[in-house]
Amino acid sequence: MLNVKKIRKDFPMLSNKSKKGHDLIYFDNAATTFKPQAVIDAVCEYYTSYSVNAHRGDYELSYQVDQQYESSRKTVANFIHADVKEIVFTSGASESLNLVAYGYGQKYLTEGDIVLSSEAEHASNILPWMKACEVTKATLDFIPLLDTGKIDVEAFKLKMNHHVKVVTLAQVTNVLGYVVDIQKICEIAHEYGAIVVVDGAQSLPHMPVDVKQLDCDFFAFSAHKLCGPTGVGVLYGKYELLQMSDPFMFGGGSNARFDMCGNILLKDAPYRFESGTPAIEAVLGMKAAINYIMNIGMEHIHAYELELREYLVAQMRQLENVVIYNDHNDSGIVTFNIKDVFSQDAATYFSDYGIAIRSGQHCAKLLMNKLNTSSTLRASVYFYNTKEEVDHFIKICSQINADTMLDVFF
Amino acid sequence: MNDMMKDPMILRSIIMDHYKYPKNHKLNDSNEYIEKHMASESCIDDIRVQALIKNAILEDICFDGEACTIATSSTSIMSDLLKGKTITDARQIISEYRKMIDQKEYDEELLEEAVAFQNVGNQANRIHCATIGWDAIESLMEESEKQNG
Repeated sequence: MLNVKKIRKDFPMLSNKSKKGHDLIYFDNAATTFKPQAVIDAVCEYYTSYSVNAHRGDYELSYQVDQQYESSRKTVANFIHADVKEIVFTSGASESLNLVAYGYGQKYLTEGDIVLSSEAEHASNILPWMKACEVTKATLDFIPLLDTGKIDVEAFKLKMNHHVKVVTLAQVTNVLGYVVDIQKICEIAHEYGAIVVVDGAQSLPHMPVDVKQLDCDFFAFSAHKLCGPTGVGVLYGKYELLQMSDPFMFGGGSNARFDMCGNILLKDAPYRFESGTPAIEAVLGMKAAINYIMNIGMEHIHAYELELREYLVAQMRQLENVVIYNDHNDSGIVTFNIKDVFSQDAATYFSDYGIAIRSGQHCAKLLMNKLNTSSTLRASVYFYNTKEEVDHFIKICSQINADTMLDVFF
Repeated sequence: MNDMMKDPMILRSIIMDHYKYPKNHKLNDSNEYIEKHMASESCIDDIRVQALIKNAILEDICFDGEACTIATSSTSIMSDLLKGKTITDARQIISEYRKMIDQKEYDEELLEEAVAFQNVGNQANRIHCATIGWDAIESLMEESEKQNG
């Protein structure tokens, strides 16, 4: 069991108050997460004690930074059960997904090929493939969702054929938080010779992930959603696929040799994808975040989040003014609305009591067709949230209606 | 100014009334109207504002779209208040409205029902909602002036 009380002491943000003096209740963890002191220290330590570039220079400090930078790669590899040379550092999940769409998709897709995705995807996993399809004349197609908004393996099977070259899906969808059976998807896709790209931004921070067991071909995630710094993330790719892919960006660090005739000899993966000076402090911060999380244990984090979610949803079901859109799922994301109150008005009401949740308009097609609403509220919990916070959230939630929603302006 | 316009209950009911029953809430197909689409990434509000401007007079203003209480009601009140005004008068009213939103001294008389938004600055992240329709009409007036340059 988690010692949440002790864990909370590691996060300076959690002792902050809102402008009106309320305790800060942060339920927007699907957007980003707070950082433990260990991560903040790792970032500061780089600037205080090292500060020099990686992969450059022959002096002592440079060597030390290099060692630390590469040991971060080992930490990531160990975390997701990959090989160290399969870990590419990027600016985050968005860049990772773009890298696959540009560096692999645009290189190998041709007219008649199909890229298969779903209506529940985040823009970062759809827009790069729309572009790739525009350039290569391939077709982007979607797996139809169940009425609940879930992605169903049977529906996926019906969409599979030998023209499908790429399947690209989030392991946990960002609006409704449903967990997709990636292992099964990979098994089926591979039978048809398609590769599978996984957006792990919403899954990796919350559940154990083993890329070898999933057998996915690419896996993308961001550090900031798992207690790490912003502006850094990872693309995992099977080594032979990384070697086949072009970098998204060229420059110092990615090439071994070049000449004035235009001959470029690229370095092997992962270095060919890492041009320019990276966010070194963020990579070191990500390492600290992963160590922090592994120390608590992904299994424990996952179990606690589900317990907290169930505690939250059970009380929300009792509230007459609440509509829940994902009553049953296996992630900390609860998507809902307050009856007769526009989502943004409700979010402002919550905010007035120190509660941070997201109001948002999501993939219009998904929500209009499946949920009959154009925007929703999303509360997303993490392992540092508590039942006491949930109780307070429920109390505020019960107060919101069409008559009270304007209270916060007067 | 009428003291009633300082009573929070009255101000709330003005906002709710314009939210539930927005004025001029229908777009026009006529090509005499110019249109501005207001949508931002940071906010859900997504509205279209149209204006029929002839001889520097705002003959008609209408809008439609998906928006929160504050954005819908403030745009509805704007359309009611500025309809029939000259561009010059409209600009003066808009300028007073912005002073009010920024919590500076302003002329209440010119703003009529728009004084309902005097406290929107209490929720700084919602100021954008209270000005979205006003930004749109300002840009439409500029467009009209350029066209008639």
